[in-house]
Amino acid sequence: MRLNPAAKITHKERWGDYVLLTLESPDIARVAAPGQFLMVKTAPGPRPLLRRPLSIHDRGDGSLDIFFKVAGEGTALLAQKTPAETLDILGPLGKGFDLELGAREAKKTAAPAVAVGGGRGIAPLVFLAAEMKKAGRPLKLLYGGRTLGDIPLKDRLAAAGYAPACSTDDGSFGFRGLVTDLLKSAIAEAPASAVYACGPEPMLEAAARVAAEAGLPSELSLEARMGCGFGACWGCVHRLRTNGRESWVKVCEEGPVVSGGDVVWGEGA
Amino acid sequence: MNPSGAVDLSVDLGFLKLKNPVLAASGTFGYGLEFAPFLDPARLGGFVVKGLYFDPRPGNPPPRLTETPSGLVNAVGLQGVGVAAFCEQSLPRLRGLDTAVIVNVCGRDTEEYVCVVEYLDGHEGIDAYELNISCPNVKAGGACPGLSPETTREVVAAVKRRSRRPVITKLSPNAADVAGIAAAAEEAGSDAVSLVNTFLAMAVDVETRRPKVANVYGGLSGPAIRPIALRMVHQAASRVKIPVIGLGGIATASDALEFLIAGARAVQVGTAGLVDPRSALEIIDGLEDYCRRHGLDRLSDLCGTLQA
Repeated sequence: MRLNPAAKITHKERWGDYVLLTLESPDIARVAAPGQFLMVKTAPGPRPLLRRPLSIHDRGDGSLDIFFKVAGEGTALLAQKTPAETLDILGPLGKGFDLELGAREAKKTAAPAVAVGGGRGIAPLVFLAAEMKKAGRPLKLLYGGRTLGDIPLKDRLAAAGYAPACSTDDGSFGFRGLVTDLLKSAIAEAPASAVYACGPEPMLEAAARVAAEAGLPSELSLEARMGCGFGACWGCVHRLRTNGRESWVKVCEEGPVVSGGDVVWGEGA
Repeated sequence: MNPSGAVDLSVDLGFLKLKNPVLAASGTFGYGLEFAPFLDPARLGGFVVKGLYFDPRPGNPPPRLTETPSGLVNAVGLQGVGVAAFCEQSLPRLRGLDTAVIVNVCGRDTEEYVCVVEYLDGHEGIDAYELNISCPNVKAGGACPGLSPETTREVVAAVKRRSRRPVITKLSPNAADVAGIAAAAEEAGSDAVSLVNTFLAMAVDVETRRPKVANVYGGLSGPAIRPIALRMVHQAASRVKIPVIGLGGIATASDALEFLIAGARAVQVGTAGLVDPRSALEIIDGLEDYCRRHGLDRLSDLCGTLQA
């Protein structure tokens, strides 16, 4: 992990509350892996005080993309940044996705892995899709949101060749219903080898359940409020069951990507 | 200035010599190695390891953190590995470091503080203990010993009777008279005091009407508390003869200088390090630069020189 106090913003796109920024940071880009995140300072000085954890959305030549939704004071400030400004970033942090998850089974059947993104939860899955493509492993991308405005990357992902299957809760685009229902029908229609998911907690719980019912391994990218992002403050815990024992585990260190079967749901506020 | 132009940043606390007055604060520096990717711990005056109870401690449910203007409210609940795991897994890796290693000691009652210290006394590689008297006491309805002079005296005296190492008592700013607590710690034999710990605080999500940390109350740290912490450090330093270590919202060399001028012999950096893991090093560089600009050969000459 490295500090880059002045990563230059080279590109910006915005769709309503959703923003994509490309940051020039060769050192961090070189060592980044899908599912890892950055801690981003949203303003100089003490307000907002803490950095914000943001998934690495994609990697370019010496650059990194972040994709986020304006959700509070920090992300609102970040959304106002423009190309040529710089950002103070720290990363890559945490444990990412296992690109080999369920791969042994996949070799026998050529069944693809399925990645499920809910709203801004699409963020880490595009980097995952890119690396899976490089590794020659098939991946089916499912992308859902409440309404059409919550799946702003659909055309971009289609143009990049990821052929996302989309859903909206209100039926304004694609499959009508939850993206986890789309997941259920997708793995009922054609064999799959693994499930990767990122999104709101109820969506993750449903995705883990759907995967488990289908006998598939799953990995989930958890979201948590973080103080430092590198294991020092113990602020970002989630309940996990590891080695048969339940405890509060640091999301920044043992995650943000964890095995779906290890997560204990409904604990904490 | 001396001929070489070198500035002496070292601090002699009497019981412990520090190469500079900047320590990393307990609870924000993990068990000492979490910051290794960003800074060489040997450049620090020292660091204080996260508070240890005797046994592993599960900690509070999330959310544990919330941000307030220039501040951080935390209710981690002192989750920790306990003394045995610390001595087996972390301490051996701290022994080779050329810096002061201070261990923050917790307890649910006086006996537990003593047990933690006795256990740690059996292991090498620790320079001093910092006694966290802000832990809820199970035998006193959850009240912290640090809230009254009598209970402070009881814990400090009990630990001092058994400890083979120096003891720094870390004071809570939630006591009615913090300088009075500093005096009580001094009377009971504490070798130094450090202040302040976090201020009891809360924040509410008005949309859901739920508290923003699951524990309802948490401890406020960060730049928001600095002026109050500074006032308390000045009062304590005016009251006691033992060294005072100042902390509370220090993020820059200028912040650290305020505490030193007000009477602190050393400072701790906590929350700032979570945001910028190199902030302690930037503070050390800034202190050296200040001494050069002001023609000071020895930073320690600055301590307690407030022109009031």
